[in-house]
Amino acid sequence: MATVTLKPTKVPELIFEGYSITPDAFAGKTAAQIAALPGHEGKFVLKLGEFFTVSGNGGETAADTDIVIDGDCSRVKYIGSKMTAGSVTVNGNADMYVGGWMKGGKIHIKGNVDSFCGIQMEGGELLVDGDAKNHVGCAYRGDWRGMKGGTIRIKGSAGNDIGTAMLGGTIIIEKDVFIHVSTHAEGGTVIIKGDVEGRVGGQMVKGDMYVLGKIKFMLPGYKKIGTVEKEVDGAKYTFDHYIGDLGERHGKSKGQYVYANLYLKAAA
Amino acid sequence: MSSGELIVKGGFVIDPTRKINGDVGDIAIKDGKIVEKVSSSAKVIDAKGKVVMAGGVDVHSHVAGPKVNAGRLMRPEDKLRAGVCRSGMAQKNGFRMESGFSIPSVFRTGYEYARMGYSFVMEAAMPPLLAPHTHEEIHDTPIIDEAALPVFANNWFVMEYLRQGEVENTAAYIAWLLKVTKGYGVKLVNPGGTAAWAWGLNCLSINDPVPYFELTPADIIKGLIQANEYLGLPHSIHIHQNNLGNPGNYPETLASLKLAEGVKAKNKFGRETVMHSTHLQFHSYGGEGWKDFCSKSREIMDYINKQKNITFDLGCVTLDETTTMTADGPFEHHLHGLNHLKWTNVDVELETAAGVVPYIYDKDVLPNAIQWATGLELALFAKDMDRAFITTDHPNAGPFTRYPRVIKWLMSKKAREATLATMKNTDRVINATYIHGIDRELSLYDIAQMTRSGPAKCLGLARTYGGLAPGMNGDVSVFDLNYKDMPKDAEKIEAAFQRAACFIKDGEIVVKDGEVVSHGHKKTVWVKVKMPENPQVTRDVSQAFHRGTYTVDISNYPVREYLAPHQSIIDVNVEA
Repeated sequence: MATVTLKPTKVPELIFEGYSITPDAFAGKTAAQIAALPGHEGKFVLKLGEFFTVSGNGGETAADTDIVIDGDCSRVKYIGSKMTAGSVTVNGNADMYVGGWMKGGKIHIKGNVDSFCGIQMEGGELLVDGDAKNHVGCAYRGDWRGMKGGTIRIKGSAGNDIGTAMLGGTIIIEKDVFIHVSTHAEGGTVIIKGDVEGRVGGQMVKGDMYVLGKIKFMLPGYKKIGTVEKEVDGAKYTFDHYIGDLGERHGKSKGQYVYANLYLKAAA
Repeated sequence: MSSGELIVKGGFVIDPTRKINGDVGDIAIKDGKIVEKVSSSAKVIDAKGKVVMAGGVDVHSHVAGPKVNAGRLMRPEDKLRAGVCRSGMAQKNGFRMESGFSIPSVFRTGYEYARMGYSFVMEAAMPPLLAPHTHEEIHDTPIIDEAALPVFANNWFVMEYLRQGEVENTAAYIAWLLKVTKGYGVKLVNPGGTAAWAWGLNCLSINDPVPYFELTPADIIKGLIQANEYLGLPHSIHIHQNNLGNPGNYPETLASLKLAEGVKAKNKFGRETVMHSTHLQFHSYGGEGWKDFCSKSREIMDYINKQKNITFDLGCVTLDETTTMTADGPFEHHLHGLNHLKWTNVDVELETAAGVVPYIYDKDVLPNAIQWATGLELALFAKDMDRAFITTDHPNAGPFTRYPRVIKWLMSKKAREATLATMKNTDRVINATYIHGIDRELSLYDIAQMTRSGPAKCLGLARTYGGLAPGMNGDVSVFDLNYKDMPKDAEKIEAAFQRAACFIKDGEIVVKDGEVVSHGHKKTVWVKVKMPENPQVTRDVSQAFHRGTYTVDISNYPVREYLAPHQSIIDVNVEA
């Protein structure tokens, strides 16, 4: 295993597009070669070395490469996007599109992330210690093919549009969420441990949602069908089981309609 | 236009307009035109060991106008497929970023066509009411010369005249509309069917009645052919036939092609054909449903090869994720019903309609694979390559940036077989198509006919585009291919056509080593018909606007001059 450490030296005037900050791009390269990798600031192509000091060489493959960014990346987008293996750790905040389209490996952001983290993710793990803004694990705007696999865990709260058009994988938000959860989803699991304002599972066809806090405004397209006990993220709770979205088309499996499930923690 | 002198030296020249096939020679350019010779101070472009052709001419592509924009608005995700959108060139002053894959931005459209060595592109369907927007977009597309075909076959004026058999009035209306919309020729899209769509109906056969108008698509097609030849326009009628995209549609296609039998071209532009059948691939299917869906390209081409007054373009499926868009409103509704992806539908008052639906042509989906084969077969069965043109009906069957890939498939049996072998249903595709049994490989000369001399002649532009004879436009494309020693690896053919080694437009170098170096001087080409005033048509048009049949006032209808600042006008005189 090889660790490459990046230390931020300069705050970009615009936003730096760090699409080269992935184990895949660093693998097989020396520190000097890594510093020469491209990134955009506006329409200009610059080098990683203009914003970071690089120490340590990349491993032989992406899986052998760990990247540590020692500092704040609030103005660096696309960290770990499209990565397939290895790891990225940021000791600070990160900007938009962290882990977007990632296929494997692990990303750990110790601060907060901006919007679009883990969008259209296909595999791997994305862990955020702080809060996330909007569009966590959702589809790219306009696209009908959302997150397909992998796990996103946000230890803080998140904004709106969580898991839009989700097809698979798991999103866990440990605190509160604003609106629009699993809109248009056709699979996958979203777990929200705090409260949600509303619009949970709108036009959802298939998939599961767990809410351990309260939903302030329930959608009318959901119907309670019973009470179940289920294990979620290592702990057991009693849930009110809702199905929906009843206004949407639903497929059949073994002669039975398949609905999306909303498990809302039952009042004690 | 550049006043400097240029000479493209020592390349293998391929110019079907003069029957030159690979002779080593020089092409001299002065004042933006090709000339016999230039002085010794001319700038030299070394084309030794490379192929030299005229600038490409695209007969049919949807690159500007409201439906293209509707596609862009509806599909922001399309730009994810664009690849590198910020080439090094975009960082230089004056050049722009590029975005979009199947519905590229205007800048990407211009740059990509130029990189492929194209100098002229026909926007294939312009709704007359929205011509001002179409022209604004054309003007914003750099480098390439463009023209646009207004749609006529579902226009209420045209149908009113033709149901009474009034060809002269139809012609006068066409002349007026071409003038006010700065249009180029007569486009027909699903004749009668798009008008029927306003009633939620369609015309799948050329003998179906058009609701309210009591005429048939066949009447509209015949009437517009006659009106087109009455006026003597540079281009023939340009038709997207009824029943597009459905299994078993080929007899309907043949029936509509037969309407051109016995009609002679009448014009002063060297055009010998009276009907251009566009994206023929979509109209060459057999079978009763999707289960026994198959190619009928041979049946179609057996007819077209005999019929000298018809041209066609392929509409090749390129096996990409793309965005379909057409004035065939009912078809787009039908397609949306098949793939359940997003759908835009627009009605354009008395004139036409449009629809937009994304579509994924998947090589592992049997009908898509059969469509792929059908498009290529049409070219491989064609005998007169000056009447068969390469298109992808951009973006309907694939983006225009895939022309080099289509060329690769046409020029290499090995490349076709390689693609066929990767398909999930290879055997079933072979059974439902002819492609596996065709050994023909097209030559560079064939390709030059299909992309240069042929379309230029069919558009009536043979005096200025599509060839390298002295007096023609100084549009020269140089491709990194050795005529005497063509690469064994067909991928290299694709790469060479994707990025021209050099492209000179109107005597100015606009592409060098595959990258754009100048925005050139694009022109908007349109056809101005001068004919004696037709009082009835003048009265009908003015009444339609004053009655409030249109939502705009007649003074806001025409394309104003400032929307098309660089015009190249083709005059047509019709004697009384």
